[in-house]
Amino acid sequence: MDPNQPIAQEQPVDEATRIRQAGHSRRAFLFKLSLALNGIVGAVMAVPIIGYLFGPATGKKSAEESWIDLGSFADFPEGETRLATFRNPITTAWDGQTGDIPCWVRRVSGTTFQVFAINCAHLGCPVRWFAESKLFLCPCHGGAYYQDGSRASGPPERGLFEYEHKIAADKLLISAGKMPTLAAKCGSKPQLTQIANATPVQPSTEEMPEPRCESCQS
Amino acid sequence: MPKLKQAGIHLYQWFEDRLGLGKPAIEAAEHEVPENTASWWYVFGSAATVLLMLQVVTGILLGLVYSPSAGQAWASLEFLDHTVRLGWFLRALHGWGSDFMIAIVLIHLAQVFLFGAYKYPRELTWIVGVLMLLLTLGMAFTGQVLRFDQDSYWGLGIGASIVSRVPWIGGPLVDLMLGGPIIAGPTLTRFFALHVFIIPGLLLAFTCIHLWMVLRLGINDWPMPGRLVSKQTYTHDYHKLTKETGIPFIPDAAWKDAIFAAAILFAVMACALYFGPFGPSGQPDPTLIQTAPKPDFAFLWIYAVLAYLPPSLETPVMFIAPVVGIAAMLLLPLLSPEGEKHWSRRPIAVLMVAVIAVTLGVFTHLGTYTPWSPIMDAWTSDPIPPAYLHDRTPLEREGALVLQNKQCRNCHSVGGAGGLRGPALDGIATRMTEDQIIRQVLQGGGNMPAYGNALSPSETTALVHFLGTLHVENERDAIDASRKLAESDHAAPTSAH
Repeated sequence: MDPNQPIAQEQPVDEATRIRQAGHSRRAFLFKLSLALNGIVGAVMAVPIIGYLFGPATGKKSAEESWIDLGSFADFPEGETRLATFRNPITTAWDGQTGDIPCWVRRVSGTTFQVFAINCAHLGCPVRWFAESKLFLCPCHGGAYYQDGSRASGPPERGLFEYEHKIAADKLLISAGKMPTLAAKCGSKPQLTQIANATPVQPSTEEMPEPRCESCQS
Repeated sequence: MPKLKQAGIHLYQWFEDRLGLGKPAIEAAEHEVPENTASWWYVFGSAATVLLMLQVVTGILLGLVYSPSAGQAWASLEFLDHTVRLGWFLRALHGWGSDFMIAIVLIHLAQVFLFGAYKYPRELTWIVGVLMLLLTLGMAFTGQVLRFDQDSYWGLGIGASIVSRVPWIGGPLVDLMLGGPIIAGPTLTRFFALHVFIIPGLLLAFTCIHLWMVLRLGINDWPMPGRLVSKQTYTHDYHKLTKETGIPFIPDAAWKDAIFAAAILFAVMACALYFGPFGPSGQPDPTLIQTAPKPDFAFLWIYAVLAYLPPSLETPVMFIAPVVGIAAMLLLPLLSPEGEKHWSRRPIAVLMVAVIAVTLGVFTHLGTYTPWSPIMDAWTSDPIPPAYLHDRTPLEREGALVLQNKQCRNCHSVGGAGGLRGPALDGIATRMTEDQIIRQVLQGGGNMPAYGNALSPSETTALVHFLGTLHVENERDAIDASRKLAESDHAAPTSAH
């Protein structure tokens, strides 16, 4: 540094800029404060927004499923599989037809029922019952299921989704309300549930699904 | 007249003094580009932008009428198609504009990939472009949902079923996607918000960024074999090239873009006029299950892939393949920012484009006729060819009835009609012996369900006898050599008596 250089020359400019460059002027402080304030306000505002956005994913499953009346169980002929429809328990006023959900009701015999979801376990397309070949077939990718809902062939990994059901006062009730998917399987009861307190009916050998050898399942 | 002109200039100047946008806009329009970029190969990006504008305009116009309510959306589409004057044409323009946009975006992507345009300094331009491709596909999917018909309803079901397979968080993700426990009103409104606000907002913002980078970094110069990209020299060389051979973008290069854009818009209009709007198909009523849902053209290949994947591989492939594919596209310019640009020196790049194009094409083609799907009404609609009933015994004819009644035709074709899921049954007798047919029918296997429960013994006998008559001319029927041996063994001792 040249000692002869007059220091005073830089000084008047320096005072203001140095403080500014150092970043601790009153204005710089107030600006940072305003940023922090907005950060806090933003964070507070984010709470309800995120709550609103993720609301549908945080609901309790128990609130979505309820017992739905499918009508008198005697209306379903024994040994047949029929399409039944119900109004979803949770709907909005503007749901229109989308709130009507179909399902397949199989009356095995007496009070032994199976109620299958319409949605194929592969990708959710509507499966159709073919009474003559005793198969459910999916129009999308050709998933096929036997009459008891077990997987017959095609891309599904598993059998049809089955709703929990019970019979009360001669009515067939199912527990439904949510679209069944692999993440939200409706009722995980084993096949062919026997209703409690109902007269046990000995299913004839014809109605019981025959055991199939393992090699045919592959 | 000169007075009017003077007044016009004065008015422009009044705005320009206040806005100050005219000068930079003119500068941007007239910026110099290397002469070799004034090519018909460089028109796809601008055409995609023009199509985006078409989609924005037609989308807003449809928004004047469309009702995003699950109970009324379908009716409002019908209203657009049949009651609103030229509503059908606007729907058709929007639908065909969407298909053209996807096609042009894909061609643009292949072109910039083959021309090495993603290399230094345009890495970020490519990355933003990949995001724009994903947003474009997002627009196509959400747009298909807004056409709220049977395909849309069950398409949402397919979407939800795919999302439900995400490990751990699949359930909440489905809830988020559907906005409730089932596909209903809240589902449609959130896809409406995605299609009308969120995705187009992002797409327009990314388009601005993409264009800004094209202007800032200059359009990719026509690649020359052997002229390698190096971070040290590229910018200098590019500026030199622009200085030496530069021509103003407008008008010297842009006229090709403009002509191509006009041709594309004309093609969209022609398709809209000739083919009309897409759907809507049946009402979005889930209780009407007589439907075979199918996604729109751009997603048919995914639909096909999902039919062919083995069940055990499906979930991993569904989630690993897209992540790997998208990551590879995003990382491409970062992993290979320098080197050769010309396609003739990049055989792997050319091969990749060819293989991907053929793969997508083949799967899309398969998606158009879905050979994996049973034809649900074939058993009642496709008769057995009369020739197959000639000179047959009553038992064999009974078997033909069994074939029909047991819905075998839904998966097996006979005489060229019926499902393609299983093999055609013409000439089955030359491929399988009687015993093999019985075993296959009763126990199933391969891709066939077991019919043991659905067939009585007499039905089975009749069916197998009928199938045994389906020969191929001049070919021998399948024989069971061991059975013949067993029969001759059996016969030998009796003859010795």
